[in-house]
Amino acid sequence: IANSYNRPTLIQLQNTREEEEEQQTTAQQEEQTKRWEATELEEEHVHDAAVPPLAGDPPAADPPSPPPSKDDFQEELVIRPLHSGDIYASFQFRTVWDADFMGDQKVSHYRLFPKSLGQVITKFSVRELHISFTQGYWRTMQWGQPYLPSPPGAELWVWFQDTVTDVDGTWKELTNVLSGIFCASLNFIDSTNTVQPSASFKPLGIGNVTDHSFLRYATLPREIVCTENLTPWKKLLPCGSKAGLSVLLKSEKLFHSTFHSQAVHVRPVCQDPQCRTTSMELRQTLNVVFDLHTSGQGKREWSLFKMFSRTLTEACPLASSSKVYVDVTDNPQGEQFELSPATPLLTQAVVLGDRRTYSVYDLTQQASFGSSRSLNMLLRWKMLRPLLHSERYVAGYGLQAGEIHTLIYNHHPYRAFPVLLLSAVPWYLRLYIHTLTVSSKGKDNRPSYIHYQPSKDRERPHLLEMLLQLPPNSVTEVTVEFERALLKWTEYTPDPNHGFYVGSSVISALVPSVVAMDTNSTLDRPLFSSFFPCKEEASYFMRVYTEPLLVNLPTPDFSMPYNVICLTCTVVAVGYGSLYNLLTRTFQVDEPSPGLAKRIANVIRRFRGVPLL
Amino acid sequence: MAAPLALLLIVAVTIRAALFRTSLANLISERVEVVSPLNAWKRVVEGLALLDLDISPYSGDVFHETPMVIYLFHFLMDYAEITFMLADCLTAVALYLAVKDYNKQVFRKQKFALEADRIPMDCLELIRSPTEMYYIPLKVAMFYLLNPFTIVSCVAKCTCGLNNAVIALFILSTMRGSALLSAIFLALATYQSIYPLTLCVPALLYLLQRLYIPVNVRRSSFWFYTLQYLFMFLGSLLVLICLSFFLLGSWDFLPAVYGFILSVPDLTPNIGLFWYFFAEMFDHFRLFFLCVFQINVFFYTLPLSIKLKEHPVFLIFMQIALIAIFKSYPTVGDLSLYMAFLPVWNHLYRFLRNIFLVSCVLLACSALFPVLWHLWIYAGSANSNFYYAITLLFSVAQILLVSDYFYAFLRREHHLTNGLYLKKKDGSEATLVLK
Repeated sequence: IANSYNRPTLIQLQNTREEEEEQQTTAQQEEQTKRWEATELEEEHVHDAAVPPLAGDPPAADPPSPPPSKDDFQEELVIRPLHSGDIYASFQFRTVWDADFMGDQKVSHYRLFPKSLGQVITKFSVRELHISFTQGYWRTMQWGQPYLPSPPGAELWVWFQDTVTDVDGTWKELTNVLSGIFCASLNFIDSTNTVQPSASFKPLGIGNVTDHSFLRYATLPREIVCTENLTPWKKLLPCGSKAGLSVLLKSEKLFHSTFHSQAVHVRPVCQDPQCRTTSMELRQTLNVVFDLHTSGQGKREWSLFKMFSRTLTEACPLASSSKVYVDVTDNPQGEQFELSPATPLLTQAVVLGDRRTYSVYDLTQQASFGSSRSLNMLLRWKMLRPLLHSERYVAGYGLQAGEIHTLIYNHHPYRAFPVLLLSAVPWYLRLYIHTLTVSSKGKDNRPSYIHYQPSKDRERPHLLEMLLQLPPNSVTEVTVEFERALLKWTEYTPDPNHGFYVGSSVISALVPSVVAMDTNSTLDRPLFSSFFPCKEEASYFMRVYTEPLLVNLPTPDFSMPYNVICLTCTVVAVGYGSLYNLLTRTFQVDEPSPGLAKRIANVIRRFRGVPLL
Repeated sequence: MAAPLALLLIVAVTIRAALFRTSLANLISERVEVVSPLNAWKRVVEGLALLDLDISPYSGDVFHETPMVIYLFHFLMDYAEITFMLADCLTAVALYLAVKDYNKQVFRKQKFALEADRIPMDCLELIRSPTEMYYIPLKVAMFYLLNPFTIVSCVAKCTCGLNNAVIALFILSTMRGSALLSAIFLALATYQSIYPLTLCVPALLYLLQRLYIPVNVRRSSFWFYTLQYLFMFLGSLLVLICLSFFLLGSWDFLPAVYGFILSVPDLTPNIGLFWYFFAEMFDHFRLFFLCVFQINVFFYTLPLSIKLKEHPVFLIFMQIALIAIFKSYPTVGDLSLYMAFLPVWNHLYRFLRNIFLVSCVLLACSALFPVLWHLWIYAGSANSNFYYAITLLFSVAQILLVSDYFYAFLRREHHLTNGLYLKKKDGSEATLVLK
């Protein structure tokens, strides 16, 4: 199978010409600021299923001018929103070294190429090495094709050089060594799970080897991939995890995903178009699918920080190219979503038979990072943002006091408009109106009208109504403090620790409209559009309800009303008793009273008329 | 004596001013032991805010201060901290002067008794000397100003400090024999929170004694003076209430202030006995127990006045203490007022039975209040019963303290008439019992 990847063919050159023409026509439709990437567009064909396409990559057999240094490092990240709502992120790190491992002279000076891997390749006379660790299964029906397919668990396949005599012995040793390098249980690979495929696995690099006795293939489906595999994998990178794209590779986020796959591919490639000498290419790839939907991080909107809990601050200084591609094919005119920071650079590539458009961020350009010196790509869906919406929550902790926060968003880009906010709060949350603050854009925003009716215990709730002016494109925050009351035990609901509900606040507004409304009511209009009378042409009436609140109140112990009544009455009785004692009695000298026997004897003596004792 | 008092005032003001500047002030002002719904500063601010919004502060159930307080702070809002510090100093100075007067009078009475040979010979060790009485007024001022309860109450800007000042001024004017001022201050104190009404009787007894008018229902001079005092008291109370009506233009404040004190609708925890009792009360018994508990506060006035008619100042102390224990929304500020009087009864120390136990319980409870509150409200690892248990214990300790002082006072009086070392009929040493 011819590998067009490394050998630019006539077909590709022709295609490139066509692309350029196309590009000119589409570029005119685009905004003036947008321009296509300076590198020539390349096209990749769908290969045999066994050939990983290594997509979205700048041309591998790139410009003919050989770099002055003998080795070269490139890094890139492709982010593609999948149709299921998940986000697919694919990292590739490519090191090319113009050293001949297959020759006789020993290679001992390493710069960008990892020494541990280089030594293994030399020692075991490896021609090609492909190893992948995968957690999860790639769901092709939902996600489409991956850039680099890999089976769940660990997969290893190696082409040895034809100088190797004892292939099985070398394979055994090699798996043991790799198991040490990657901290994986590759040492469980033995003759029981090793095969020699005859047709499916061809070398991906140069060299037309057809003798399949030098190929070994094994999978370990049980292999569980985790942090201990990621760390040695990251150590192979020239910048480690210190700089460049690899700072994003934090295990706490990477392994909190639905699919994770990391791989290492070593193969010989041509150094120049004529293919007179060969170089060694090391590709480290990492693919991950985030399910931001279920992790509750806000549906299909994503940002680098949300996915990786890091942002980019610089390219790897050793890299000759460092780029981030974001698939924007579904957003041709920028209507669907918004990518920020915006980038003027676009590129097109045909991947897996499909022409895709990508926004490109070049990390080697300082301008990509903007003034904040960090790059946090952010994708927002435009359709999800209505002009007016609101949020409400209770802040504070403990059961004594709290704060009700109401956030009102005005997403209109240039018009301010007034809204009426009404909240009715039950009496057992005692509001303090003097703590009412209204602020938008960090400034105090005094309501032009406030109607407040304080609550009466067990009679009526608080009523707070106010007229607020929402500045354009702003968030207005209304906060008010409250205190929780202790109720009588019979006033609690049967499940008091569930909390008490506070009904929704109501926001009524005349929202400025983009389309002027038709006020002629004699015309036939759909019923849903004519319910609220709307006088003003350029605005329409809207009512927004906030979330209801659930507030916990302190509770007495419901099991002991009798005990409490008894104990408190006892204390009052102690007070009453001791005072009564002191008030009614007088001090007297304690004369010991005669004993019981003596008193009985005296009673008898009195009857008998005998003198008392 | 002026120099130590001035020094004490400076120290007290410094402590308060320093505490006002720390973050502790906010923490303290939220404590339920220090502020009650009746006198929390937060609610005063809320009342002023409502007034600014043109809403009657009494239309809701947050503000329960009297109209005078709200108008006072309408002008003094920016000087609130100074006002509260001044109120504390005023209380201390008034108590200082009052106790000084009282001591002089006690000493004079004792001298007359000695000259008339009315004191038994073995009671000479009960006789009080001027040297031991010299520092008592200063100690009283110190007990008030440096009491942690007073300090936290002042730092929380609890308006109970103002009530204490009014009561202290009432005591001072009574001691000085000024019936009119005494009646006016008593009316003010009553107007602020109904309970000081019971102080009317001791004040009257003291003033009668001072004028050598015997308490005798058949004497017209007694009735004349009593009616005169009551007229002044009720008259100034009426003036205050009418003034409030004219300030606000409505009678809303009557149910909001006095109705609130008497019917206890707000069950926010405090150090008293009412909150948990009425939270757990069965609805159809509520009114009955409410009446019982409120009558309990006023109930002791008459028997105590009969028993202590010769000692109106001790009666004032007893009354203030009983109000602080049994009132519906007590705070630690109320405690500090009657605790300031404890140095006056120094000479009763030898007859106190369980002062050590009571002091330990009071100290332990004061430390346990915040702990158990935290466990109940914030940590959630305890429930309301824990806090309730501590309030019960605190009340019991206070009751024991007051009844102990009462016992000691009565016993000393008994010894002063009957001799210190009593003998039985057979000549052996006797023990004294209450019968």
